[in-house]
Amino acid sequence: MKGAWPHVCYSRSRVTILPARKNVEDFTGPRERSDLGFITFDITADLQTIFDWNVKQLFLYLSAEYSTKNNALNQVVLWDKIILRGDNPKLLLKDMKSKYYFFDDGNGLKGNRNVTLTLSWNVVPNAGILPLVTGSGHVSVPFPDAYETTKSY
Amino acid sequence: MIVSSALMIWKGLIVVTGSESPIVVVLSGSMEPAFHRGDLLFLTNFQDDPIRAGEIVVFKVEGRDIPIVHRVIKIHEKENGNIKFLTKGDNNEVDDRGLYKKGQNWLEKKDVVGRARGFLPYVGMVTIIMNDYPKFKYALLAVMGAYVLLKRES
Repeated sequence: MKGAWPHVCYSRSRVTILPARKNVEDFTGPRERSDLGFITFDITADLQTIFDWNVKQLFLYLSAEYSTKNNALNQVVLWDKIILRGDNPKLLLKDMKSKYYFFDDGNGLKGNRNVTLTLSWNVVPNAGILPLVTGSGHVSVPFPDAYETTKSY
Repeated sequence: MIVSSALMIWKGLIVVTGSESPIVVVLSGSMEPAFHRGDLLFLTNFQDDPIRAGEIVVFKVEGRDIPIVHRVIKIHEKENGNIKFLTKGDNNEVDDRGLYKKGQNWLEKKDVVGRARGFLPYVGMVTIIMNDYPKFKYALLAVMGAYVLLKRES
């Protein structure tokens, strides 16, 4: 990828909406009680400089990366968006909830202070190489030590 | 001569890319608008290449022949490198658990045919046409056979 890096930054959830955690059966598949995390986030990004003559679309995604006792590395895609050539490349998204359930493989979100959110994108060209790029700037989202008993979304 | 050169190039590609199927044709619309039916994908499958969220992988479900091209949306990797991951087509509402074997919730490295590294639109349509219209395939084979026979004569 040549050219300047786009300006991408995002802030974590506002203090009034804390990342909440519940411990429920992972109804999306595995029948075990796993931690389910809730995160709210803002995304501010200007992707104009990524679109050159050979870029057909961008697959943009926000992923959470963290370590647990069970697994040395976990990555969960929380949200994604397809941006076609011609769409508005400036994003100003506020109070976004994750698109996909943030289930851990076990109970590794409880008290986890080191969950990092990163914005990345897959460049889909008209023809050619398919690069995966990670934006600079990460945000840390610490999870509380206790489970929530009521839904706070 | 042509056939053996083509075969050598194909076998060479398999070795160089580390994938048993270095070039695949997209068969469904589950990755639109990025890929459409008939597009060609170029794969690599280096064992040292870690599988990470966001990557486009081509995998086969145990017991089924047809490779599926979807995106990795979740990974859980142990310290020893053992990894289990979940995939989803960009154009699908839900993840691929419905496509996996009954009771299977995750994919593993052994299910991966390759990682999509490059792409060419439309070029693979020939394969799909040959599949959907067998008469076209036989006609093509007849023409190729005639060419080989006639060439030898001169």
